[in-house]
Amino acid sequence: MKINKTASSGSMESSDIMITVSPAKEKGIIIELVSDVEELFGSKIKKVIRDTIKEFEIENIKVMANDKGALDYAIRARTKTAILRALKECSLNE
Amino acid sequence: MNNKLRRSMLYIPANNPAMIQDAFIYGADTILFDLEDSIAISEKDAARELLIEALNSLNFNNTEIAVRINSLDSKFGLKDLKSIVPIGPDIIRIPKIETKEQIIKIDKLITKLERKANLQPGFIEIMAMIETAKGVLNLEKIVASSERLSALTLGAEDLTTDMGIKRTSLGRELFLTRSKIALVAAAYKINAIDTVFSDFNDLNGLKKETLQSKELGFTGKAVIHPRQVDIVNHVFTPSQEEIEDAKEIVRQASQAEEFGKGVIAVKGKMVDLPILNRAKEIINKYEKREVIK
Repeated sequence: MKINKTASSGSMESSDIMITVSPAKEKGIIIELVSDVEELFGSKIKKVIRDTIKEFEIENIKVMANDKGALDYAIRARTKTAILRALKECSLNE
Repeated sequence: MNNKLRRSMLYIPANNPAMIQDAFIYGADTILFDLEDSIAISEKDAARELLIEALNSLNFNNTEIAVRINSLDSKFGLKDLKSIVPIGPDIIRIPKIETKEQIIKIDKLITKLERKANLQPGFIEIMAMIETAKGVLNLEKIVASSERLSALTLGAEDLTTDMGIKRTSLGRELFLTRSKIALVAAAYKINAIDTVFSDFNDLNGLKKETLQSKELGFTGKAVIHPRQVDIVNHVFTPSQEEIEDAKEIVRQASQAEEFGKGVIAVKGKMVDLPILNRAKEIINKYEKREVIK
């Protein structure tokens, strides 16, 4: 699956995460993460994002993630919503 | 009578992770996750996804879980129902119920979705929100239309808007509706849950209104702020003295029956069958629960 648009989901409030997905110029899943707990949990947060993206079978995507202490369920939900919004925007334009 | 304790139902906007995660710590009998009025139109999809993930992942300490979906007349309601039923919440609160036909349709839909999700048909209960004059007039038909319907609830802001009147602190404008909801709920042995008290800084006002609701026959009240939970729980919980009195009534009535006596007196007051039944209900509902401690 492929996204052609940028879309976001989430917020900068405590316990949330702001996820912005956009089409990648490079190949693969590229994740840029900003988090106060990056040192401790950065790789885990990225894994949750990556696993969620894989469920959609999207191969090339850029993700900007600004984490405010989100738990896994919130990371999954925000990533899913951002992707669904990006896909929806694509289908509207098709 | 539905034996579930539903004194307080705490509204939690379903798009706020911090509030979702903390929802169970305030002692509300029911957590009421909201997909409707507290969620902006542009965030309906995000709230739905967040709630699905939360309900699938988090432990709410066995607190009863309710979800208020969007009206099935909106473009979000059916999506909400299809997403939420498979997770198996205890109750789904349906806004703007006006006719029995709406309930019958929703019941069938839920049954279909329950089967698909391998849930026992009938597992999920329905709470009907009465928010229009037409809904008030059709109350009895609405309640009689489904075995799933376990609670009636009042949506006061929408109702007063529908009637073209203002909501006041005295609440006279809601007296008839509240009375009718409590009466119909009692007739069908289901819960009657009162509308929210919007000024969460006015705790005295909340207590006063909750006491009035209880007097009319409501069994619980929706709350919009954690600080409202304790007051509402307290009002809808019998005191230790009331529990002890109820136990004494049942004990003496049982003795009287053994000796073939009819009417008895406890603490100088006559006890007949309705009073005995009320005492049994208090014991049945509250005595074995920690809530009275």
